[in-house]
Amino acid sequence: MTTTIERGAAGGEPIDFDEERIEFSGEAPAERIRPRGFRPADVIDLVGAAAGSFCLTWLVYERLTPLSGGLGFGVAWYVTFLATVWLVARERLGALHARDRIVGVIVATVAIGMLIPLAVIVGYTIARGYHALRPQFFTQDQGHVGPLSKATEGGGSEAIVGSFEMVGIATLLSVPLGITTAVFLSEIRGRMARPVRMIVDAMSATPSIVAGLFVYAAFILALHQQQTGLAASLALAVMMLPTVTRTAEVVLRLVPGGLREASLALGGGEWATVRRIIFPTARAGLLTAVILGVARVVGETAPLLVTSLGNPYFNGNAFKGKQDALPLMIYRLVRLPQSAEIQRAWTGALVLLGLVLVLFIVARIIGGRGPGHIGRFKRVRLARKGLS
Amino acid sequence: MSSSNAVDAVETPPVGEARGPAAGLVAENVSAWFGDHKVLHRVSLEMQANHVTSLIGPSGCGKSTFLRILNRMHELVPSASLAGSVHIDGIDIYRSDLLITDIRRRIGMVFQKPNPFPAMSVAENVVAGLKLAGYRLSRSDAQDTVEHCLERAGLWNEVKNRLGDPGAGLSGGQQQRLCIARALAVRPDVLLMDEPCSALDPTSTRRIEETIDELREQVTIVIVTHNMQQAARVSQYCAFFLAGEGEPGVVVEQGTTQKMFFHPEDQRTLDYVTGRFG
Repeated sequence: MTTTIERGAAGGEPIDFDEERIEFSGEAPAERIRPRGFRPADVIDLVGAAAGSFCLTWLVYERLTPLSGGLGFGVAWYVTFLATVWLVARERLGALHARDRIVGVIVATVAIGMLIPLAVIVGYTIARGYHALRPQFFTQDQGHVGPLSKATEGGGSEAIVGSFEMVGIATLLSVPLGITTAVFLSEIRGRMARPVRMIVDAMSATPSIVAGLFVYAAFILALHQQQTGLAASLALAVMMLPTVTRTAEVVLRLVPGGLREASLALGGGEWATVRRIIFPTARAGLLTAVILGVARVVGETAPLLVTSLGNPYFNGNAFKGKQDALPLMIYRLVRLPQSAEIQRAWTGALVLLGLVLVLFIVARIIGGRGPGHIGRFKRVRLARKGLS
Repeated sequence: MSSSNAVDAVETPPVGEARGPAAGLVAENVSAWFGDHKVLHRVSLEMQANHVTSLIGPSGCGKSTFLRILNRMHELVPSASLAGSVHIDGIDIYRSDLLITDIRRRIGMVFQKPNPFPAMSVAENVVAGLKLAGYRLSRSDAQDTVEHCLERAGLWNEVKNRLGDPGAGLSGGQQQRLCIARALAVRPDVLLMDEPCSALDPTSTRRIEETIDELREQVTIVIVTHNMQQAARVSQYCAFFLAGEGEPGVVVEQGTTQKMFFHPEDQRTLDYVTGRFG
């Protein structure tokens, strides 16, 4: 290698390392094999089975029987496809491999099938919502928009800010509570762990409207409060708590017991072990717990209906007056008869989808790449402490 | 001795000059249970200061349980209980007025499977015990501790250029020596090792055995091993544990390694060390 660089630097033609080696050893470069790759025969099998079964189903549907309907055709095609795959594989590879192949095909097709509803939802929302998506959607509110205004007039800033504040306060309330409970369930255990876990599970099954009514009764009526963004946050926190708790518990349990023992054997107290060993090791997972909690509530409408009511005018104060939120705005507008209002609702839905996406991406970046990875910022911090 | 003196005695300085001669451990009539199942019966053993004591015996005879009793790790199992006493420098480590964290800091442990903290760098792993104890280290103290401990664990030369890399990225043998360095950083008097080489290749095993031999000058070492040659190579004292069918483990014979391997008094010891069973 050194000779190559020297010759290159001296102005001569840089000699490619591989060529040089071939010249000296007289060997052709070895052909690389990928043993796990799809072989052409397998692809032909699958494509052939799909085409053959389509033709057979078409023949049965269109020519031989009076059957009709897209769904029935699809199901019949899928079943015939599986049967064909199995028959072909049995012929070529034997019964044992045929069973393997058929399960593989079912798993793969079901996985792809699961993506279809997601793609349709996202695609449809984009198609309906992007017309009215203008920069002012993020800066103006719905206050001065009349029934005959165009869809591009006004915006949803009051709903975006409201959603952020409500979900933010709910996160501040439920994450410390949820993670503390998770630490209790996974680290301290004890006799109370089972009932606590049962209550958390029961909480996660609470209908969201009940959470809203609970806050309405216990906070707004009993304590003579207004309907505010704060009340809505309380309801959302109730919804968020079980998700955060159970996810965080699972994540904390994944931390190997050997690390706990190592920490205790070094003379670490229980809290020091949790704070300095368990939390950093489970950091990415704990962040996932928070994201799942946020994702659980960001689209909730029912609890907001009775706690914050909605408000077309901008209100940035979550502690005073009614506040809007994206789901509430969508719910309010989509029921109106004017097509411009409905279009605005779809734009709101699109923005909501986008916000969730941004949230996930940001969390992934902050969360880093699992415990075995030391990022750039941490390296700088380590260097300052003399630990690198 | 008043209780406050005793507490002072188990506290260890985080950094600075090395301690005086290490303390020995004395176990008297130690029995242990998991629930109603008795696993150890009246084990009495003296582990000499600045020497290596090896605990040998077939699997399931209570060696590891005994080792874990020596730094109060046994009680982490909810159903565990024990009888008897363990003294370090004349202080009963099971006395209720002593802080369990102080005792464990004084009696360190290295486990069978290397377990560096995955969220920490190599250097952070070394000072982890000090951080866990709440010490704040200055930059130069941290650097000194890291270099000193890795030096003693025989790892410094291999990792001095990658102190900021994740501890879990080292090879198995390096990880185990990192764990030894981590245990040394809190300046223990005693180091307990539970089959520290069973997951390692012969080269790494030899490096760790050399490390053990060098460490003996400063700390008392108790090592559990299934490897007879290793016990003969690294230890000066040896204890042979054995458990009969359905009976708790007992110490059949103990003494100098020389005597245990070449002139054992008990036929069962002779059979075991010569490889006739176990």
